[in-house]
Amino acid sequence: MSTTPPIDSALRLEYVADFEYSYAAGKFASRFMDALRNEARIQGTRCGVCDKVLVPPRPVCGLCLERTAEWVDVGPGGVITGYTVVEVPFIDPMTGIKRPIPYGFAFVRLDGADTNIYHFLEESRHDKISIGMRITAVFKPAPERDGTLADIIHFRAEGPAADE
Amino acid sequence: MGRNAAIVAAGQTDHVSRRLDVSIPEMVREAVDRCLGSKDLNPGQVDAVVVGNMELFEGINFPELWMASAIGAAGKPLFKLNNGGTVGASVAVAAAHLVASGLYDVVLGIGYEKQSEGETQSAITTVGDPAWERSVMAGAIGNFGVMASTYVAESGVTAEQAAKVTVKARRNACLNPHAHLQSPDITVEEVLASRMLAAPLRLLDMCPSSDGACAVVMAAPDRAREMTPRPAWVAATETAHDTQFMGDSPKRLARMRSLIAASDSVYSKAGIVDPRAELDVAEVYEPASYAELAMYESLRFCDWGEGGSLVDEGVTLMDGELPVNPSGGVLSTNPVGATALIRVAEAALQVMGEAGDHQIPGVETALATGYGGNAWTEAVILKGSAP
Ligand SMILES: [Zn+2]
Repeated sequence: MSTTPPIDSALRLEYVADFEYSYAAGKFASRFMDALRNEARIQGTRCGVCDKVLVPPRPVCGLCLERTAEWVDVGPGGVITGYTVVEVPFIDPMTGIKRPIPYGFAFVRLDGADTNIYHFLEESRHDKISIGMRITAVFKPAPERDGTLADIIHFRAEGPAADE
Repeated sequence: MGRNAAIVAAGQTDHVSRRLDVSIPEMVREAVDRCLGSKDLNPGQVDAVVVGNMELFEGINFPELWMASAIGAAGKPLFKLNNGGTVGASVAVAAAHLVASGLYDVVLGIGYEKQSEGETQSAITTVGDPAWERSVMAGAIGNFGVMASTYVAESGVTAEQAAKVTVKARRNACLNPHAHLQSPDITVEEVLASRMLAAPLRLLDMCPSSDGACAVVMAAPDRAREMTPRPAWVAATETAHDTQFMGDSPKRLARMRSLIAASDSVYSKAGIVDPRAELDVAEVYEPASYAELAMYESLRFCDWGEGGSLVDEGVTLMDGELPVNPSGGVLSTNPVGATALIRVAEAALQVMGEAGDHQIPGVETALATGYGGNAWTEAVILKGSAP
């Protein structure tokens, strides 16, 4: 039986896959984003069975398996229900470039909602953020809004900033 | 299930950061050779193959085609799974179901990942819907940071208690020749002093990124008894999912619904009333130190909020009442597509009495879990005697 001779260097082939994708966000996301862009309104859908208001809005309540019944306004205020400050660099798959760090992000439970959305916090100092903290959405000026979740720049602590 | 199924052989590569010396098919073949070789089996005895990984990590479409020859699958039924971190355990569950159905007598299950070949944090971030979550998420690390913050608030678990999980894992790993990170002298202080990634998670609170593969052979009862003196019998399996959006439950780690549902189901099917007393060992998919403590609670090893006490009391150490991850776990080794299958393989090795230096004496009943994004869980109970 012959054996494979040893090799001096392992061949490594570098390549870049620069693909572009285009995603149809769907009827519910499109209606949400229209209201966000045109009226700075944030909305969810209410389940007629469990009565929970679900944000992001969706056609079906995942736990009740029933179609949601109606659209309702939520926020723009809310509370933080979980948070972190990202200090590790990585390539943002939305843009293909490194996302600036550090940044704070959180689970935000908007007033009137029963679920939480992920969004950026204005604050990026970990010891200035806490669960239960009240925050409110900071919207882009109307002419700059483009109908994406980024029309909410981030969430800011309610009331005057603590020590600025 | 239709008929019984048992794991008769398990094998894995020596997991490292970068396998520069082998291609993906060559690396996978290593695990297959070690698996089949451990019981003097050959690829000709395999009736069907199930393989799984995270395709976006390496960026290869149809990877099972690349390795069809290397794994002995050409001309045979070959099934591919691709369902996040859970995939390796799903491979084992699917192999068990294929055998239990009566359609195939011997099924080879494979999980693998070469994380060094792509952008894994960015690939993981694509789990988020671009309209809602993706622009904010930061791979597994950011998600775990947020999840851990809610678990800390819920349970009062401390950074020191979490650090003890990493110390346990990396010390156990020293007894496992396949483990990636083996740190005999690691201390709690060292974990607490490591670089912050996404508070409260520090570098040493997180799993590594590994290259590696794992394989198991699942066989029908008569074939299993021919192949090995003490097969690891599949007593129960379950798969449970949660809803799409991370924020649907902020307690997605503190009260992991899919883990609760899956573990309760397998306990019930296997007749287990008190898992802490009745399980002899557990191999759980713990991608972060805090996650293992939270999982103790959802797995009902202790009451809610008591996960930290369990590690303080040494219950889950190698010589404790219920050893958890004697292999060193995910905190020591994480080739994602293989990781959950390694949990099942390690549980099987414990039942078969083949775990070597990290063997727990007299294992009759073992639990293995797979985990995907706080949303999916696979749970498997293996036993030393046929159900
Ligand atoms: Zn409902």
